[in-house]
Amino acid sequence: MNVLEVKNLTKKYGTETLALSDLNFSVKEGEFVSVIGQSGAGKSTLLRCINRMIDATEGEVIFAGVNMCKLDKKALRKQRRKIGMIFQHYNLVNQLTVIENVLHGRLGYKSTLAGVVGSYTNEEKRQAFEIIDMLGLTEQVYKRCDQLSGGQKQRVGIARALIQNPKLLLCDEPIASLDPNASKVIMDHLRNISTKLGITCLVNLHQVDVALKYADRIIGINKGKIVYDGPPDLTAEQIHMIYGSQAGELIIDIGGRNES
Amino acid sequence: MRVEALIKRRRNNLIFFAVLLAATLVSIIITEFEVTKAFTSIPRAIGWAVKSFYPNANSLEKIPKILVKLRETVLLSIASTTVAAIFAAFLALFGSKTTQINSFLAAVSRGIASIFRNIPVAAWALILLLSFGQSSLTGYFALFFATWGFLTRAFMETIDEVGSEGVEALKAVGASYFHIIFQAVIPSSLPQMISWVLFMVETNIRSSTLVGILTGTGIGFIFNLYYKSFQYNAASLVVVFIIISVLVIEYISNYVRRVIL
Repeated sequence: MNVLEVKNLTKKYGTETLALSDLNFSVKEGEFVSVIGQSGAGKSTLLRCINRMIDATEGEVIFAGVNMCKLDKKALRKQRRKIGMIFQHYNLVNQLTVIENVLHGRLGYKSTLAGVVGSYTNEEKRQAFEIIDMLGLTEQVYKRCDQLSGGQKQRVGIARALIQNPKLLLCDEPIASLDPNASKVIMDHLRNISTKLGITCLVNLHQVDVALKYADRIIGINKGKIVYDGPPDLTAEQIHMIYGSQAGELIIDIGGRNES
Repeated sequence: MRVEALIKRRRNNLIFFAVLLAATLVSIIITEFEVTKAFTSIPRAIGWAVKSFYPNANSLEKIPKILVKLRETVLLSIASTTVAAIFAAFLALFGSKTTQINSFLAAVSRGIASIFRNIPVAAWALILLLSFGQSSLTGYFALFFATWGFLTRAFMETIDEVGSEGVEALKAVGASYFHIIFQAVIPSSLPQMISWVLFMVETNIRSSTLVGILTGTGIGFIFNLYYKSFQYNAASLVVVFIIISVLVIEYISNYVRRVIL
């Protein structure tokens, strides 16, 4: 079953700049899809058009059977609850504690008053602690987020997304600001979420080797167009096509994978 | 090429200094400013200050009177700043790019802020003198309007600088406008905002001295009174108290800043 269908998606900035041009693809439930491409190719714009942080110029985004592009404000809020988002810069409220930031994920389900004063049910709190425990942040629960390391912050970001009970996770460069160790931890968690919890993941990545290692499927974007959509066993030529570069210009290690 | 660029930059520098020099000379000639006289009078001014502008035993009797006025001035600047801060917070929410409701309201609130901010406190005092006369209310409103304008601008920038990331995340979660304001914008920008308010309290104590001269209230009035009636010792004592109070406020606000930031 398809969780997400993107049809003829086009995004123009102004009248000239074409950020996305006529994208078509669909994503199955539980699939782990990685989107790769140069900086400025349109990866972030694509992700943000799906949950309408950016409004598409043309085309349709069908998520869980609903056309996102046609929703009014209230219906959009309801639909966004089912889509978790993870950011390169974590986008936490740094002055608040870990548990407060995680519970922010429930705000989409709250009335205005309850959300403003931050009153959450016991069930929500229990679930928050469970997720925090799963991500190994139990010792940090009451720490302010500005005291955490980058990897810990990103795990808080993941927890905030998970407590939404999402069907889809949109991850925008989740490891671009992290060191290799923290990157591995984060990618392992995302892979687990997809495999064990059956949540679909759409992950923008800069690191081609990471994308090839973790993803079920790769979508390659170049200048706003999909130039590759298929399994993660790309040849060097295909990678160069995605990045619009000449052979030998990129530092990519796909050797081990292709030879085996 | 590189040598040419260097020569060009040097030439530009020379032109800049030549223009600066010409502007200075022209202004000296227009205003009939006597340079030598100005510099030779500095030692005389210092000499006068040493001889007459210092607190003496007699002037110490004036301390209770000065303290009453000083209290008035300090309270006035704190009251005007804090009330202005509340109004500024609302205007900043409408004007900030991150939290604006629509671009029309944002433009209006930014316009209001920049008008209020760009009219100096002294001008506000003179304008308001016409409607409120010589009373502390005039001083209060003069400080209030100028502070409102400044703090709105400062708050807007604070919200845009520290709040935007959290706001984006909460939007993606499906949170409503008020959720976002209370759960992301306020927690992340409050420390910075308090710091701006403290800064404005300090600034307003300084400017309320001037406002007091114009409106005939507070520490400014008493300074003006002593100065014009040739009681230089008492006037100098007033200056000492102003300096002490500004230093104390500065110390307190630095301490608060250290704790909250």
